[in-house]
Amino acid sequence: MAHVVAGSDCLVFTGGVSEFDVQATTVGGLIAELERRYPGIGDHLTRRTAFAIDGEIHQDALFSPIGPASEVYLIPKIGGG
Amino acid sequence: MSETLDKPAAKAALKVVGTRPIRPDGADKVTGRAAYGADFAMPGQLVGRILRSPHAHARIVAIDTSKAKALPGVKAVVTGADFPKISPTELMEGGESASNVHDLASNVMARAKALYHGHAVAAVAAISAEAAEAALAAIEVTYEPLPHVTEVLAAMAPDAPVLHEHIFTEGLESRPSAPSNIVKRNVIQGGDLEAGFAKAEVVIEQRYVTAATHQGYIEPHACVAAWGEDGRCEVWSSSQGAFMVRTYCAKVLGIEVSAIRVTPSEIGGGFGGKTTVYLEPVALALSRQSGHPVKMVMSREEVFRATGPTSAGVIDVKLGATKAGKIVAADVDLKFQAGAFAGSPVALACMTALACYDVADFKITGWDVVTNTPKVAAYRAPGAPIAAFGVESAVEELAQALGLDPMAVRELNAVENGTKGAHGPVFRNIAYRDTLAAVRDSEHYRTPLGPNQGRGLAVGFWFNIGGESSAAVHIADDGSAVVATGNPDIGGSRASMAMMAAEVLGLPVNRVQPIVADTASIGFTMLTGGSRTTFATGMAVVQAAEKVVDDLKARAAKLWDVPVDQVEWRAGEAVCQDPAKTPLSLKKLAEQAGRTGGPISAEVSLNAQGAGPGFAVHLCDVEVDPETGRTVVLRYTAAQDVGRAIHPAYVEGQIQGGAAQGVGWALNEEYVYDAQGRMENPGFLDYRMPVASDLPMIDAIMIETAPNPRHPYGAKGVGEAPIVPPLAAVANAVRNATGAAIRTLPLSPPKVLAALDAKAG
Repeated sequence: MAHVVAGSDCLVFTGGVSEFDVQATTVGGLIAELERRYPGIGDHLTRRTAFAIDGEIHQDALFSPIGPASEVYLIPKIGGG
Repeated sequence: MSETLDKPAAKAALKVVGTRPIRPDGADKVTGRAAYGADFAMPGQLVGRILRSPHAHARIVAIDTSKAKALPGVKAVVTGADFPKISPTELMEGGESASNVHDLASNVMARAKALYHGHAVAAVAAISAEAAEAALAAIEVTYEPLPHVTEVLAAMAPDAPVLHEHIFTEGLESRPSAPSNIVKRNVIQGGDLEAGFAKAEVVIEQRYVTAATHQGYIEPHACVAAWGEDGRCEVWSSSQGAFMVRTYCAKVLGIEVSAIRVTPSEIGGGFGGKTTVYLEPVALALSRQSGHPVKMVMSREEVFRATGPTSAGVIDVKLGATKAGKIVAADVDLKFQAGAFAGSPVALACMTALACYDVADFKITGWDVVTNTPKVAAYRAPGAPIAAFGVESAVEELAQALGLDPMAVRELNAVENGTKGAHGPVFRNIAYRDTLAAVRDSEHYRTPLGPNQGRGLAVGFWFNIGGESSAAVHIADDGSAVVATGNPDIGGSRASMAMMAAEVLGLPVNRVQPIVADTASIGFTMLTGGSRTTFATGMAVVQAAEKVVDDLKARAAKLWDVPVDQVEWRAGEAVCQDPAKTPLSLKKLAEQAGRTGGPISAEVSLNAQGAGPGFAVHLCDVEVDPETGRTVVLRYTAAQDVGRAIHPAYVEGQIQGGAAQGVGWALNEEYVYDAQGRMENPGFLDYRMPVASDLPMIDAIMIETAPNPRHPYGAKGVGEAPIVPPLAAVANAVRNATGAAIRTLPLSPPKVLAALDAKAG
């Protein structure tokens, strides 16, 4: 299962839980599973969150693959100047 | 879709990428032919003007526009009441990330309260500038002035005047019982901070302060908007993203995006400040009411008073280290001014603050704070320069306390491939250590300094991003090509797009014409920002050109009556494995396109992932006049991990431009407010930006040892990393030159002189 580490933005949804193991093969699947566990987090993850999957940052990418041993960091979506 | 590429094309095989052709927009710009936002005009257009709040914070009790509307030549007057009501929680996408529509709309035109001096409260359209000014003077606004707060620490105080009653600080352990100006707390942490500091043999703890600074683009905001009788709208404007303008206008006005077509003008600088809208929705509202096109152009004073600067910041840094210089613990606290509405770049600052350092035990806390000042807008690498000013200043002071070479401290603690960054991701394909080594081994680093001179070193990190892009490649019947994208060219993207297409097509680059298309002529494209365009839109260009090549090969195969797998594309022509077949050039194939299947063109839309991060290492020498406190930058070297440069001269220009803007931020630039919350220096005479004569030639070193494997030619974004280190590089140099404990920007002559006097006792 992928290991997921949530940033402080997510803690209000997870009741302070910051790390969890999730069975998911894509970002979309990860969001769906976390929404099932923590209702309300899905929209936040979809619109305001970037997914650092094994070191590579993915934004707005529901189909990006997640491996069974992946480490996924949930970080604020990145914009620039 | 996005595509994973294992390895970028080998540099030696490239004919165009990596060369330095003349820029395609150069002739237009030097001859004055380039049409900027204020150059556009339509028959029958009116002049639009904005009435701005004279108060930093006031309730709008009433607005009487009747006298203004009755004046001759006045065709429209709008206030907040002419815009739809929007839920305070409604989000929209279309820029770089989800934004709050209510806040955007309320910044464009104030509703119940004016939240900063210069906040738009009404607008007029008239047949002349004189009539418009008279109309502004005839609008009667009844204000109830309120206490205001412009400084970030004052805004956080328990007794501070509250800007928004609906803001209750997010990110705390429990919801506060009262509203406040503190919008949110962000925390990033790793390891055990207390245990880390327990291991420290030396601890440095200091506060560093930065001022709000403006992006300083030369071209003020400008647009023309026409609301058609059939409800279809046209907008011509200077921005960093025509699609962003389309979405934002639609949301603010409550209409469909399909009703608006936005045509981008040439842009005279943006640096992040043109990633939002100010005038366009107002011009559309005035056009709807008047039935005429409306042109609006900001004055320089309006640009300063009402468009986004970047945040002022207060940065507290505590570092623990061994005597050998290994940093074992770091505690960084960042308080950022957001301006009148929530949303400073403090979260990005938190993620970048320690990104260059391999520290096990750390905590980074960020605070987003609203103030009665203009809403901040993005500015190159938003937030990162402010965080780096604090951390890099502290690392310099740590090195001094330990008697160590500041470069050695950076190298000892540097992240590398495989290191988990403080913000989470594990670094891959980075060349940070090579970038450090390039500066360490430079002649500059070894050159002795003279009296009153000092040298400063600083490093910086920026993520870079990808995102949604579209590109089209069209072949003309003379064998030339047009490359159309949806990204306004703020940093040389047209040159790099043409070069990448030329590389694939096998054409000389001057046979490829790059254009920036309007929102009805190309697929959706995210704005130009985040150092994304050469990476993401470049990927779309390459894929579109490859589709064209596939089409050309298929046509050649049919003409030769051979299977397509017997055809290769080499140096701009189709070559058959059968040597009896004469190669067909692109020109020959284009000439007969009509008879072989029709026009040759392809468009690709994608969402690019995998932008490689950038690291910058800057070295600055200054001389400080002890009599006047004036600082002169003597020498500046900037090295950067660029992946691979598509057009090296443009990459060098980005590096030099970032350093130049950072020098201004460090030495002179600041918003100065009076006791009433009015900006006192809204012009380039009093808001002092560096000009060419203030700067030495900036030596740019491009590190190309870690090309981005996700880009066909190895490109990483390059426009933002170079503004991250200079604030600290300059400040470290000034501290080293003077020995004075000066930790507040800008390092203007009065401040430096005061620090020298304090040091002398």
